[in-house]
Amino acid sequence: MESRTAEESIAAILAGETSSAELVEDAIRRSEDDPWGAFLARDGERARARAKEIDAAAERPPLAGVPIAIKDVLSTRDLETTAGSQILKGFRPVYTATCVERLEQAGAVVVGKTNMDEFAMGSSTENSSYQLTKNPWDLGTVPGGSSGGSAATVAARQVPWSLGSDTGGSIRQPAALCGVVGMKPTYGAVSRYGLIAFASSLDQVGPFARTVRDSALLLSHIVGQDPRDSTSLDWWKPIEMPTAERLDGVKIGVIQEMLDNGIEPGVKAATEAAIATAEGLGAEITEVSLPSSRHGIAAYYLIAPAEASTNLSRFDGMRYGARAEAEDLLEHFERTRGEGFGPEVKRRIMLGTFALASGYYDAYYARAQKVRTLIVRDFVAAFENVDLLLSPTSPTTAFKIGERVDDPYAMYTSDVCTIPMSLAGLPAISIPCGLADGLPVGLQLSGPAFSENDLFSAAHALEQAIAFDATPAGVA
Amino acid sequence: MIDRDTVRHVARLSRLRLSDEEQETMREELSGILEHIEHIQSLDLDDVPITTHVVEVENVLGEDVPHEELSVEEALREAPEVAGGGFSVPRMG
Repeated sequence: MESRTAEESIAAILAGETSSAELVEDAIRRSEDDPWGAFLARDGERARARAKEIDAAAERPPLAGVPIAIKDVLSTRDLETTAGSQILKGFRPVYTATCVERLEQAGAVVVGKTNMDEFAMGSSTENSSYQLTKNPWDLGTVPGGSSGGSAATVAARQVPWSLGSDTGGSIRQPAALCGVVGMKPTYGAVSRYGLIAFASSLDQVGPFARTVRDSALLLSHIVGQDPRDSTSLDWWKPIEMPTAERLDGVKIGVIQEMLDNGIEPGVKAATEAAIATAEGLGAEITEVSLPSSRHGIAAYYLIAPAEASTNLSRFDGMRYGARAEAEDLLEHFERTRGEGFGPEVKRRIMLGTFALASGYYDAYYARAQKVRTLIVRDFVAAFENVDLLLSPTSPTTAFKIGERVDDPYAMYTSDVCTIPMSLAGLPAISIPCGLADGLPVGLQLSGPAFSENDLFSAAHALEQAIAFDATPAGVA
Repeated sequence: MIDRDTVRHVARLSRLRLSDEEQETMREELSGILEHIEHIQSLDLDDVPITTHVVEVENVLGEDVPHEELSVEEALREAPEVAGGGFSVPRMG
């Protein structure tokens, strides 16, 4: 079993115990042996060449040639990028996303692209128009979504880490369901240039890894202002490698609304055990209420589709991607899009167009943006009394393949614990905190904007104390 | 809650061709989703401002200097159909 974390792999390369070429070759072999369906595209030739180059360099780059997988929503020059959609089948971007470019410059080697719900819309990866991804813990269950491939590939130890994107929970929820660490940074921390846009006021790129330290290391190389994304922030304090073993004096608020309704007993039990662990490490635990968070799903499923309906207008069959035969331009647009998008994407475009349409705008879109303000205010009030918030990441463990596909709203409730932080633009991390009936449970910690270092620190201390070391059966 | 005419109208605005069957499924599913989110209609939001940006930032302006961008050749590389150095599309209806 490849037991090395990314951090350990870097140390092993620097110590001459292994090489980038060796690790990359192993990752390519693992990506090709893929019973989980994590990968959509592989880039073996280029990865081998890059590894060779890094091994031969006089000075090794900071990430030393460790392999990585990238969610297929991030553009990679000349490497097929589909966002899980037929409308982008065969599309080879002419540029690379800034965050991927930064990782490559830092010495990470991209071995392939991971499966996802079409245009990141979904919570199970079942909306991919290409293939299912199976949860390594139980092949009959979903890996979560939308970044299901990126979560599964780390859980299956094909690669030590990967990149995903999170709009309403698309990093944290699959991380929880697959028993790995997933982190969504503060809105604007990571450039969105080259990220195929879903909902621009919510989308954020972040890391999947097996440890909190690897997550911090990965994030440290992708944060910061980018002239090509005007919403990217000047990241003036570096992301530090967490070392904390204690939580003395850290005030942690347990979100009451997220420990009651609709939370599976096994998830609740694991969460409560983690709370006791935090207390044992010296944390001050209090109860916190976010009353408006119960309107989170409603606000999110108006705002995100509204933004998607405009963002996805770029898929018009003119400049890239698939196109349908048509007599005139209107038919060309309608048929290209009607045939190229899958059911969930069409549903969201319709919902979003409806929410923005004349006569409905004030009742739906504008109201949703006001509810968003109430949710933001709840967090501001909470952080006057506590440093961090704690909740389950997902109300359930991994659910069965097919269980929620026929009920869109049931699927939407998968993100009930992650959506409020997304609407408020806050950083949040999911770490594994135990098993319920053999399936991993994720614990979510969230903090105020720019509190990444505090979050990593607390998550690291908890991770060490929880000492989650189970691995899925069949992962070798 | 949503009728077929509304579905057809929104589909046209969305530039999506939907079959009759898809229109009916869409009507049912959108009605169901809207029912679940209807509770925000009863909130008193008169004095609540809308959220425009979650993190306080100032406008960022790019420097107005010429720089290398995509060549015409690169920009056209992925186009389904090209004519005369541009994107080719069917005529307007």
